[in-house]
Amino acid sequence: MKFFFFHLMPYADLDLDYDKKHNSAWVTLPNTYFDPEKGHALYNRYLDEMELADQLGFDGVCVNEHHQNAYGLMPIPGVMAGALARRTKNAKIAVLGRALPLLNNPATVAEEFAMLDVMTGGRLIAGFVRGIGAEYHAWGVNPAISHERFHEAHDIIIRAWTEPGPFAYEGKHYHFEYVNCWPRPYQQPHPPVWIPSQGSRETIEWAADAKRKYTYLQTFSPVAALAHFMKLYSEAAERNGWTATPDHKGWSVPTYCAETDEIAYHEAKPHIENFINKFLKMPLEMLAPPGYQSLASVKAIRKAKESIRQNQTIDTLIEKGMFLCGSPATLREKIETAQDEIGFGNILNNLQFGTLPHDLVRKSTTLFAEEVIPHFRKKSAAAAAA
Amino acid sequence: MPGRETFETIAGCKTRIMRGGQGAPLLFLHGGSGASMWQPFMDKLAETFDVIVPEHPGFGGSDSPEWLDNIGDVAYFYLDFMEQLGLSGVHLVGTSLGGWIAAEIAVRDRHPLKSLTLVSPVGIRVKGVRKADIFLMSPEESVRSLFHSKALVDAALARTPSEAELDMAAKNRLTMAKLAWEPRLFNPHLYKWMHRIKTPTLIIWGESDQIVPPAYGPEFQKLIPGSKLETIPECGHVPQVEKPDVLAAKIIAFAGGVK
Repeated sequence: MKFFFFHLMPYADLDLDYDKKHNSAWVTLPNTYFDPEKGHALYNRYLDEMELADQLGFDGVCVNEHHQNAYGLMPIPGVMAGALARRTKNAKIAVLGRALPLLNNPATVAEEFAMLDVMTGGRLIAGFVRGIGAEYHAWGVNPAISHERFHEAHDIIIRAWTEPGPFAYEGKHYHFEYVNCWPRPYQQPHPPVWIPSQGSRETIEWAADAKRKYTYLQTFSPVAALAHFMKLYSEAAERNGWTATPDHKGWSVPTYCAETDEIAYHEAKPHIENFINKFLKMPLEMLAPPGYQSLASVKAIRKAKESIRQNQTIDTLIEKGMFLCGSPATLREKIETAQDEIGFGNILNNLQFGTLPHDLVRKSTTLFAEEVIPHFRKKSAAAAAA
Repeated sequence: MPGRETFETIAGCKTRIMRGGQGAPLLFLHGGSGASMWQPFMDKLAETFDVIVPEHPGFGGSDSPEWLDNIGDVAYFYLDFMEQLGLSGVHLVGTSLGGWIAAEIAVRDRHPLKSLTLVSPVGIRVKGVRKADIFLMSPEESVRSLFHSKALVDAALARTPSEAELDMAAKNRLTMAKLAWEPRLFNPHLYKWMHRIKTPTLIIWGESDQIVPPAYGPEFQKLIPGSKLETIPECGHVPQVEKPDVLAAKIIAFAGGVK
C-alpha cells in the first residue's frame, strides 16, 4: 500500500462566524475575509507540512485545484507543485487535479504537467477532474457542457503527450491548428493518471475503460460508498476485459492520529467539524449546477435528500468511516480492515483539515508515519517475499 | 377549453405542441419553466387566435436533440417549425427565454411574422443592470423572486410538486443552462442586428420584475425600431401567471390591431 499526504490548504484563519452573514465559504464569500499576511504564513506553513511528509517517507504528496473559496487556497495547484518539486526528494507529486472543463486551452495542462514531470525526473501524477459544481459558478463555464469539455480536454492532453507534434485538434468545443507540447513528459508514454471523484457512474466507467485503466480515487465518502464504487470499478474493468489491481484504486480520507483514541478525538473534534460545517458549506444550487451531474444522478440525490448543509459531528464522520481518527493501533486496524475488504492500494490522508493547527498536524503526521505506515510496509515486504 | 396535444417531428426533434382556438396563428414561446399545461391566458388568447404552444427542444415533453447547443439553434428550429406547419402571418409571442428566442427568430427572418410581442424577455445585456442569478437561487428564493403578489408566492410555496414535475423541472433547468449559462441569459451579438426587426413589436414588462429589471424595457425599445413598451403594475416576471387577463388583453389589442 502506498501512502500519500494530501493537503487542501484551507484558509485556516477564516472568521468562522462568516456564516452569520454568508451562506457559503465558496464563490460568494467576499475575499475581504482573506488577509494576505496570514495567507503568506499559511502557504509557507503548509509547504513545510508537505515537505515534512516527504522526509517522513510518505510515497507522495497531493495538491488540488479549487476556485474562489476559503476551503482550499490553490486555484493554480501547479504553483505549489512547482515549489514542492525542488524541496521534496522522493515523494511523488500528485496534482489532483486540474479542472479541465474550466480551461479555454487545455493544452496548457499538458505543458504544465510535462514541465513538472521533467523537472522532478518523473515524480508527477496527473490528476484530471471537472472541478466541483461551485467552480462553474465561480468560473462562468457552462456546467451543461462540462462532460463534453472534460473528454475533449483529456484527449488533447493525452495526445499532446503521446503523439508526435504538431497535430491539429478538431473537436466540438476546442479547435487548435497546432498542438505541439514542449517539453514532452519525462515518464513514457505519459505520467500516471488519477481520477478523483465522488462516485459518478459515468466517471467510473470511463476511468475503467481498457484504453485508460486510470487509477480511480474515491474522495471524502462513507466507507460503505467506497466499497460500493470500488466494486463498480472492478466490475467495469472486467466487462472491459481486464482485471483491476489495488494500484487502480485509491481512498482519499481526512486522518488524525494521536497517542490514544481519546486524545485523537478531542484534539481533532473542533477542526474536523469546522472542515465539514464551515469550509465545505454551500447550498445545493451551488454544489450541483444543472448538467454537472446527469439527470439520473440529480434524481438519485433528490431522493436521498442528500445535503451537506446539515451540521455534522465528528461522531457521525467517524462512524461512517469518512474520518480516520484514533491511536496508531486503531488506524492500523481500520485501514487494514478496509483494505482487506475493498482492496485499494493507495490511501490519500488529509492530515491537515479545516482549522487543524501546525503543531497538531506535525504530531499527527509524524506519529502516522512512524507507527502506522511501517506496519503496511512490513506487510507488503512479507507478501513480496512470499 | 384546453388546447389539444399533438406531436410533430421537426429537424429530427419530436416536439410536443398544444393548440387551441381559431383565427390568425399565434405562436407562443414559453420561458425557462416550460409550458407543460394549458393555462388560463391561453384560453383568453384562443378566443381570438389559433394559439400554438410548443415546448422548445430540450424542454418538457419535447426531445433533447443532439444538435441543440445554443439559442441560434432554437431560432432556426422555429423557422423550420413555422415552415413545416405552413404558418404565415404569425403573431409571435415570447416570454422571458421565449422572448429571447422570438427576437432571434425575427432578426433572422421576419417574413413569416405579422407581429411580435416580447414579455419580459432576456437576450441582451444592459451593462450595470444585473439580472437575478437564477441558477444560484434556492427554490424558495426563485418563487419569491417570480411574483409581485405575496398570495401567489405563498400558494406556490405551499404546493408540493410531484416526482414527474421535479423530473421535468430538472430537464428544463438543464436546457436552460445549456442555452443561457454563459454568456448569462444573453447573446452578445443579438443587439447589433435588432434593427432588422421591422415587424410591429410590443414589449411588455411587469413593473416589479425581480428577475429581469424593468430597466431592460426601454433598452429593448431603443433597439427595435418603432416598437412600443407597456408595463403592468403590481406584476413580476411572469405576467401570464400573475396578470393573465391584462396580458391577454394587451396582446389581443396590439396583435389584433396590426394590419
